[in-house]
Amino acid sequence: MTNDERAIITVLGRDRVGILAGITAVLAEANVNILDISQTILQEFFTMIMIVDLKESSLAFNELQEQLKEKGKDLGVQVTIQRADVFKFMHRI
Amino acid sequence: MPSLFSFTPEEILETIRMIQVENLDIRTITMGISLRDCATASLAETCRRVYDKITRLAADLVAVGEEVAATYGIPIVNKRIAVTPIAQVGEPSGEDDFTPLARALDRAAEAVGVNFIGGFSALVHKGFTRGDRALFNSLPEALATTERVCASVNVATTKAGMNMDAIAWLGHLIKETASLTASQGGLGCAKLVTFCNAPEDNPFMAGAFHGPGEPECVINVGISGPGAVLAAIRQYPGANLGQLATIIKNTAFKVTRMGELVGREVSARLGVPFGIVDLSLAPTNAQGDSVAEILEAIGLERCGAHGTTAALALLNDAVKKGGAMASSYVGGLSGAFIPVSEDNGMIQAVESGALSLEKLEAMTAVCSVGLDMFAIPGDTPAEVIAAIIADEAAIGMINNKTTAVRVIPAPGKKPGDMVEFGGLLGRAPVMEVNTFSPAALVRRGGRIPAPLQALGN
Repeated sequence: MTNDERAIITVLGRDRVGILAGITAVLAEANVNILDISQTILQEFFTMIMIVDLKESSLAFNELQEQLKEKGKDLGVQVTIQRADVFKFMHRI
Repeated sequence: MPSLFSFTPEEILETIRMIQVENLDIRTITMGISLRDCATASLAETCRRVYDKITRLAADLVAVGEEVAATYGIPIVNKRIAVTPIAQVGEPSGEDDFTPLARALDRAAEAVGVNFIGGFSALVHKGFTRGDRALFNSLPEALATTERVCASVNVATTKAGMNMDAIAWLGHLIKETASLTASQGGLGCAKLVTFCNAPEDNPFMAGAFHGPGEPECVINVGISGPGAVLAAIRQYPGANLGQLATIIKNTAFKVTRMGELVGREVSARLGVPFGIVDLSLAPTNAQGDSVAEILEAIGLERCGAHGTTAALALLNDAVKKGGAMASSYVGGLSGAFIPVSEDNGMIQAVESGALSLEKLEAMTAVCSVGLDMFAIPGDTPAEVIAAIIADEAAIGMINNKTTAVRVIPAPGKKPGDMVEFGGLLGRAPVMEVNTFSPAALVRRGGRIPAPLQALGN
């Protein structure tokens, strides 16, 4: 699989019930496939990293970004979605 | 989860932290546009062509910049334009006042939504043509009556020597510009850079112009990240200086990769060739986004203390080494910027008496540009301003490097006063200037010959 269609979603904030459910609901609605999830609590902060496949996404990148941001606001967490290339470029040659 | 993630969660969080906490950003994507084909025998017609060409080629620059910033989650702070030195574009008109061209640039910049357009420029290191004189003549009025236009002049090179007539003239022009913009603290002078060995592909303002050797249209990227370097250094208080250089190189590498990625993407989306990444630590007044604080984190009580030049030499070189490895094409200024007004640590260093103009000048011998965004008393004689420029140009000429001066003789201000420019340009404490007169030197005029390049001891 190429990196072109992959994006990374990071969710940072105070832990509470329903964060994962909330975010994945947005993704399911947009037909975005979750490839992998990592979740930890770092110094009381809920940290979730998801790698997703946007190939079949029904939303444009910026629309998905907007919806995730909105959902993050509801949940009191910060949600970021970035194309995976960013991390590849920064950490690998 | 190494199977799908080709990077670790720690690496991902590091990137997020650099962007969200440490102010890592793409400082500017700058579109270079050649205006050579806009030059005509009529200034009005030239203005029309200049406006049309810029608004055509840069129509999508801002939108594409915003799109790419959103896709990669990395802020692109400024979108800007650099054009062919206007002295060359206006020359065939035979006019002696190029202010209308500055206004055309200003209108074009406003129309496409960029905050600065650079290239109201002349290259006069060996002497003047008629167009160069017209541009010099127009500088004060052009800078005072436009908002977005940035001007620069190249007065010296290592190969040609120094044009002292141009430098002497600039002393007067800078004072005139300050007085025309006195109500804004002499703001016009913040948009005028005097270079030695000016790079032709620098994306950073106010000194950006589209050099004669550049293609028709090009995208150059300027990245920044003093905050990321500062945070990295603070993590290793026990590191020796060799280890510290490696830490800085690693960070500079990562920062530059972002510029490379964004530059390639923006140029692909606009269908314009990608020029260079300029890896410069460009400070802002944001908390922790300071080159002076990096020097202090290396081990100085205050920037300006003895040892500052050594620390800056280490920093500047490590930044270049890390950056050069990260991009196929590194260019522009690439190094550490030390503008006074745009760096809270520099401002504090001046206010606390730790940093003098003389020490600032010494620092410029080992960093990427020069005496940048500093204010001096408004009553400083034109010859002293010219001599400040001459000293700085001499450092660049002899050491085969770019140096520049952006000085604001703040009208009505005395040492210790503060001048507020607002926005990106920040605020500058007025620095004390040596008042012994260099007037006789400056009035001699002529050129300082190009230096010997061999026997370099």
